[in-house]
Amino acid sequence: MRDVYILGVGTTKFGELWDLSLRELASEAGLKAIMDAGIYAEDVDALYGANTSGGQFVDQEQIAALIADYSGITELNIPSIRIEAGSASGGAALMQAYLAVKSGQYSTVVVGGVEKMTDVPSEVATEIIGGSLDAEWETFFGATECSIAAMIARRHEFEGKAKRENYAMLPVISHKHASMNDTSHFKNVIKIEDVINASPVAEPLTVFDNAPISDGASALVISADLKKINNASHPIKIKSSSAANDFLSLHDRKSVDSFRAVKKSSDSALSLAGLDIGKIDALEIHDSYSIAALIQLEEILGKDAVKMTEGNDFYFNSSKPLNVSGGLKAHGNPLGTSGLYQAVEATVQLRGKAGQRQVKDPRNFLIHNMGGLGTTSVSTVIGVD
Amino acid sequence: MSEVPRFWRESRHRYRLVGTRCTNCDTLYFPPRVICPTCRRESVGKMKEEEMSGAGEIYSFTVVHDGLEQFKMQIPYVMALVKMKEGPFLTAQIVDCSPEEVKIGTKVTATLRKVRSEGKAGIIQYGYKFTICP
Ligand SMILES: [Zn+2]
Repeated sequence: MRDVYILGVGTTKFGELWDLSLRELASEAGLKAIMDAGIYAEDVDALYGANTSGGQFVDQEQIAALIADYSGITELNIPSIRIEAGSASGGAALMQAYLAVKSGQYSTVVVGGVEKMTDVPSEVATEIIGGSLDAEWETFFGATECSIAAMIARRHEFEGKAKRENYAMLPVISHKHASMNDTSHFKNVIKIEDVINASPVAEPLTVFDNAPISDGASALVISADLKKINNASHPIKIKSSSAANDFLSLHDRKSVDSFRAVKKSSDSALSLAGLDIGKIDALEIHDSYSIAALIQLEEILGKDAVKMTEGNDFYFNSSKPLNVSGGLKAHGNPLGTSGLYQAVEATVQLRGKAGQRQVKDPRNFLIHNMGGLGTTSVSTVIGVD
Repeated sequence: MSEVPRFWRESRHRYRLVGTRCTNCDTLYFPPRVICPTCRRESVGKMKEEEMSGAGEIYSFTVVHDGLEQFKMQIPYVMALVKMKEGPFLTAQIVDCSPEEVKIGTKVTATLRKVRSEGKAGIIQYGYKFTICP
């Protein structure tokens, strides 16, 4: 089947953006991606919109129709469909858009994600985020998503797989990288003690183990049409995209301190791309919670991952750059947008345009987006040949 | 929008810890399921309801400091993954103890309690919580 390329990318700043509405955020990112691609609305065959909980955050459904409408493309009757897979919505939408282009039905597609989270108080946001759990058998009894992450952390530590410092290190790395990224929610650098000693949310996790509540939108233009590529000598390709799922609730899984869906989707994405993990120059993973990030690394990189948190391997200028964007933790976590921003970052890095946080001559990025805590897993390989 | 029918539907299972056993592979599931995830279509028509004893032990836990609006008054509260004597795991609060008493491996037993209420003066919803065995 034919190859699929990334023609253009666009993103808003992430953070508490009180003066911007959901529709304004979405059209800003979409327009930037279209301008970056150098195409016109007439060139777009379809739009895929990623959004996790717009119905609850801003009382809006049919979000893809709204995005298309306020991006000014509705006169062309472009099909616009929303994809929802919890906080993996962005990754899932990217995968659907990729498959649609690869299939041959569409030539050029816009895929955009948006989430407007800060219009509701933070307790309400916590409740909406908990919508990715089982409403009848987890949330009903008082579980929050962070409390589930905390129970994973407690058992993981009890099994002797890692120490507190191993996963407390991951927010430190994300903050360092975010400090060099203009669109980051947070630009402050933190230390490992800051993470461990911050106020507790669900023990042992503190506020610094949690990604923030952010507003933001990101979009990409993807296409099979090489003639549309400005810089056709160095095209950036989506080499593969693969998904896997596990039981919705942690209490139904065979193991509560591993994410088997992550292993499945990342192994499959690597195999479809014809690469092994050694050929991946940098990773963007779903660090919604520090412990979730560590377990993803164990699944993707193997058991060495824990040891690697003790050295400098994961910094942008080291052997296995991790979350060079700043990750969900520090660049921000507008739920349904996260997977698309990961793809934006990979593209910017592969173009060599990431400024201070530029990874040296990367050829392949693996990005991993996750719904809930290991429930939905989408892995995508983006690279150059 | 009323949540009453939605939560009433599961109340029997919540009050009495009723799960379902797949008689094809002899595995007990809680929460109840219509289809066994191991036997899949082989289990159709072979899932039988079964009540659990309420005895279990703590497999993992956390002390929640920043929680849902409905549970604000209880903060800090203990959430746990409980491994039931009969095999299934479930997610529940541990009550009537100080957080320091809760450890992995602690034996607990189920008790019927008020879990939350719908709205400010609304309908009270009951379900299981667990207490530490003396
Ligand atoms: Zn069975």
